[in-house]
Amino acid sequence: MTESRMDTRPDESDIVQPSLGLGGMSRWAWRQLTSMRTALFLLLLLAVGAVPGSIWPQRNIDAGRVADYLASHRDTGPWLDRLGFFDVYSSPWFAAIYLLLFISLVGCVVPRSRIHWRAMRAQPPRAPEKLDRLPEHGQIEVDGTPEAVLELARVVLRRRHFRVRTEGLSLSAESGYLRETGNLVFHLALIVVIVAVAVGHLIGWRGDRILVTGKSFSNTISGYDTFDPGPWVDTEGLSPFTVAVDRLDVTFEERAGGAQRGAPRDFTAYTRTQTGPDAPQVNQILKVNAPLKFGGASLFLLGNGYAPVITVRDSAGRVLLHEATPFLPRDANYKSVGAVKVSSASPKQLGFFGFFLPSEYLDEVAGPSSFFPDLKNPALALGVFEGELYPQGRPQSVYTLSTEKMTQLKDAKGQPLRLLLKRGQTAQLPGGRGSITFDSVERWAGLSVRYDPGKFLALGGAGAALAGLIASLMIRRRRVFVRLSPIGRRTVVSMGGIAKGEDPRLGLTIEDLLSDIAAIAERTGRTV
Amino acid sequence: MTNETLAQYANLAVYSAMVVFTIAMIAFAIDLAGAAPKVSTAALDLQTEPAMVGAGPVVGGVPHAPAGLADVPRRRKAAGIAMMLTRLGGLLLIAAAAMRGLSVHRPPLGNMFEFALMGSMFVIATYLVLGLRRDLRWLGLFVVGPVLLTLGLAITVFYTDASELLPSLKSVWLVIHVTVATFSVALFTIAASVTILYLVKTWLEGQDPGGMSRARTVVSSALPSGKSLDRTAYSIHAVAFPLWTFTLIAGAIWAEQAWGHYWNWDPKEVWTFVIWVIYAAYLHARATTGWSPRSANYLALVGYGAILVNYGVVNVFFVGQHSYSGM
Repeated sequence: MTESRMDTRPDESDIVQPSLGLGGMSRWAWRQLTSMRTALFLLLLLAVGAVPGSIWPQRNIDAGRVADYLASHRDTGPWLDRLGFFDVYSSPWFAAIYLLLFISLVGCVVPRSRIHWRAMRAQPPRAPEKLDRLPEHGQIEVDGTPEAVLELARVVLRRRHFRVRTEGLSLSAESGYLRETGNLVFHLALIVVIVAVAVGHLIGWRGDRILVTGKSFSNTISGYDTFDPGPWVDTEGLSPFTVAVDRLDVTFEERAGGAQRGAPRDFTAYTRTQTGPDAPQVNQILKVNAPLKFGGASLFLLGNGYAPVITVRDSAGRVLLHEATPFLPRDANYKSVGAVKVSSASPKQLGFFGFFLPSEYLDEVAGPSSFFPDLKNPALALGVFEGELYPQGRPQSVYTLSTEKMTQLKDAKGQPLRLLLKRGQTAQLPGGRGSITFDSVERWAGLSVRYDPGKFLALGGAGAALAGLIASLMIRRRRVFVRLSPIGRRTVVSMGGIAKGEDPRLGLTIEDLLSDIAAIAERTGRTV
Repeated sequence: MTNETLAQYANLAVYSAMVVFTIAMIAFAIDLAGAAPKVSTAALDLQTEPAMVGAGPVVGGVPHAPAGLADVPRRRKAAGIAMMLTRLGGLLLIAAAAMRGLSVHRPPLGNMFEFALMGSMFVIATYLVLGLRRDLRWLGLFVVGPVLLTLGLAITVFYTDASELLPSLKSVWLVIHVTVATFSVALFTIAASVTILYLVKTWLEGQDPGGMSRARTVVSSALPSGKSLDRTAYSIHAVAFPLWTFTLIAGAIWAEQAWGHYWNWDPKEVWTFVIWVIYAAYLHARATTGWSPRSANYLALVGYGAILVNYGVVNVFFVGQHSYSGM
């Protein structure tokens, strides 16, 4: 991985290969894959491969935007889809890149770990004859016999955490073994992170629920609007907690102007939770950035919106429907869309579809709109349909009407009927079909429960990777050699150093080591 | 909640800093223009190695300036003025960041204007701190220039009124994650400047010194040796990369707390990852046989290009959970 200069394998170009059998072929392929050049190429490919996912909408993040894109790009869209550009991070080609990269990584790290294990227990190599041929070198002359100075040099180097080996009048020292240790830890920890992601994918799950204030839900598959389990999740064995949202306080920016006006400032949900059917109820506050914990699962507050309370009556005044219906916000001022489905209406079923506007005004182009996200002038703008609500019983979104088997009601002039209801108002439907009343407004909280047992492993792996990275970049692996030769009663100390990888401060270190030896030699010379 | 007057003073400090940096830039440029040696010599290494100990040992292997030139140091009055002005500008930026923060009762890390301000402050501060230990006057123009450009864009294009944060940004991780991100981008910026100078210098080193135009001679002699530039760029990258790694990890922890998943391939996450991978490739390329130092340094510049995309394009044009209100 880093520094192929440390790699002990021979260069590929040195290998003379006669004819490659199957074994030779696979050995060759393995060598190519685990070579540094290939790893580097794969790294760059990974960077390039990740980019499309930020340019095109992704299904796992926003399936709606993908559908919009496909609808507006009828020529290129299907091709991009076939090539996986809307599911980049789960596409086969992206997986191929990172899997090859990790095989390459393992193929490089494992043999290097073995080599490093041996190097850690080995003695530094013998000092070369000519130290002035090393990249950094220096020479001084000090008082004392070569034997005494050798001992001095040993002490000085030991003090700087060098591993020292002496042989005759020469000395070899090595330091910075932790550099390679860090390097290996970094790369192994990346594998741990990948494993952790896989664990989260296999046995983690998430469930989302839009919960109107005053209601509660329990942690079962049917309790969620959408539930997304990993392939190994036991969906029957979820922990049986329940959550009720009593109140949701929302604050929007009222003072500032420009783009900041109406920006959300605070969301606070007041909840009552129970960890099981027999457990006591606990009042807890749920906020953004402060999830609630239920064992290993966490409950997040990720969205909010309005649920107008609507009553539909038949011509005799009997209540057909009375409930808070969540509408989904479509813009920053919470212009929201939703549908009310009255399946008990007769002879034909009734469906209402349209907008909820927390601060209603009439825009000349866009029609009924909202000028602020909070409830300053709440209104419902609805069209009315009659016919069959659920043709062939196909599943459909609760926020839209499927109008293929329905017809829109017309007003007296023959135009599509449009109702605009303020809070407390009732509208009579034409032709004795009954009435609709907009009673009041509740808020809803967008709750998401996530369980990812791999996240702590991922964090540990990431932390280890960071520590290893710092060690491998900051620690210098150095070899220092010393040779001594007597000149009369004095001794010439020659020192040379070589580093593995980048080491701009090696020269300074040699200089410092020589100064230390000189200083101690002078001191001991005086006392003796 | 916001103190408008204080925010106005912060802007005033930014404008003052820009004036100061403009003069500093001119002074740095004058200094560099005076760098051409009287006698035409090749590759004069101006970067003084940290002063050697007086009666120290004789050490070989350290590059020395050619004898006879080193003992006549050029008088560099303009550079002295420029350094003074850079320090003054740095103080003004610190004041601007502090007042901006006080005006909104939070660390000024909430929108692109504030990132640009903090980033510029970190760039100048890092340059000055690194300059304490060695002579970096040759780099001044290439640090103050980009900072001036950034501040200009910040106060015009990216400017956002002082205001409170979105609920999802109200977290201690804002300070940890964004501060470290901004600081490592500052380091990458300085490293990118040095890398460009390295490419220019090595290109000039390949030219025949006799046939060089006057302008090229000036540039060539104003800069340290290519080898030394390469080493400097690497050292800064080697510090910036772990900080970027930390940014990524801290971001993931925060994402887990705010959104419930530590990694969801949000466009900003994608680009943070892409930048990380490119710089990882740069560090690997330096040690790969078959990759010259020059090609490795080109990779570093590609990485910096990705940083600029991450800041200037992803924040503004890509839809994701990192979209900042009003930029």
